[in-house]
Amino acid sequence: MSLRSPLGKVLGHGASKEGAGHWWAQRLSAVALVVLAPWFLLSLISIGDLSYLNVQGWIASPLSTVLLSLLVLALTYHAYLGLQVVIEDYVADQGVRLVVLVLVKFSLLVTSVLGVISVLRIAFMGNH
Amino acid sequence: MAQHERPLSPFMHYRWQYTNTLSILHRLSGVFMSVGIALFVYWLVAIASGKDAYDQSLACFSSPATQVFLFGWLQAFFYHLLNGIRHLGWDLGYGFEKAVARKTGTVVFVLAVLFAALTWWCITSQVTASVYGGVL
Repeated sequence: MSLRSPLGKVLGHGASKEGAGHWWAQRLSAVALVVLAPWFLLSLISIGDLSYLNVQGWIASPLSTVLLSLLVLALTYHAYLGLQVVIEDYVADQGVRLVVLVLVKFSLLVTSVLGVISVLRIAFMGNH
Repeated sequence: MAQHERPLSPFMHYRWQYTNTLSILHRLSGVFMSVGIALFVYWLVAIASGKDAYDQSLACFSSPATQVFLFGWLQAFFYHLLNGIRHLGWDLGYGFEKAVARKTGTVVFVLAVLFAALTWWCITSQVTASVYGGVL
């Protein structure tokens, strides 16, 4: 007789090896991007020309700093979740799959930190 | 023991039609845009590095190869955005009927082309202004 609960026996043993967490994260980041991405394009169009002073001043305004940071985070997170599914679907070899997944995750992590730090630097250093 | 007929993966024998075309385009546009994130972050890094670096980056952004890439990115973006909203509707249980799904698919495709062209026109008229007003 086993003392393990029925739930404990089945957790982690489905075909997906996990629950709906990935699915939810992909949808939530998608909803965030439905708002943030069009906001970014509309702002680009409405700030006048794309000269340094114009662009720098726009990013340095508090609302833009916050929304642009969130855009970078949502974009890289959503891209990672999407690329992960594509890689898991088309890269059959387990070893190659792991290496590709790790490389993609690391590069997107570097990209997101670069993006957020750049936005903060633009906001806090002013024009120089 | 005799070799059994194994079931084939759907993509091996399904007829090519609009549903799987739109679905594959959703993935393709997503992968393509992921590559473009690098360009977006390069833009932010250039601004953070100061006026000289930014003005140099404008030369990269206005080169023909980058322009073609950016237009492709914009096209992929609007398709992925609109088709993504279509997907979110399905997740909520709306729009599964064959006629409705076909109609929303067409709307998504046409609107994506229109929005990309409109945005491109709005932004390039400004880039031209900043290249002549800021750099030169």
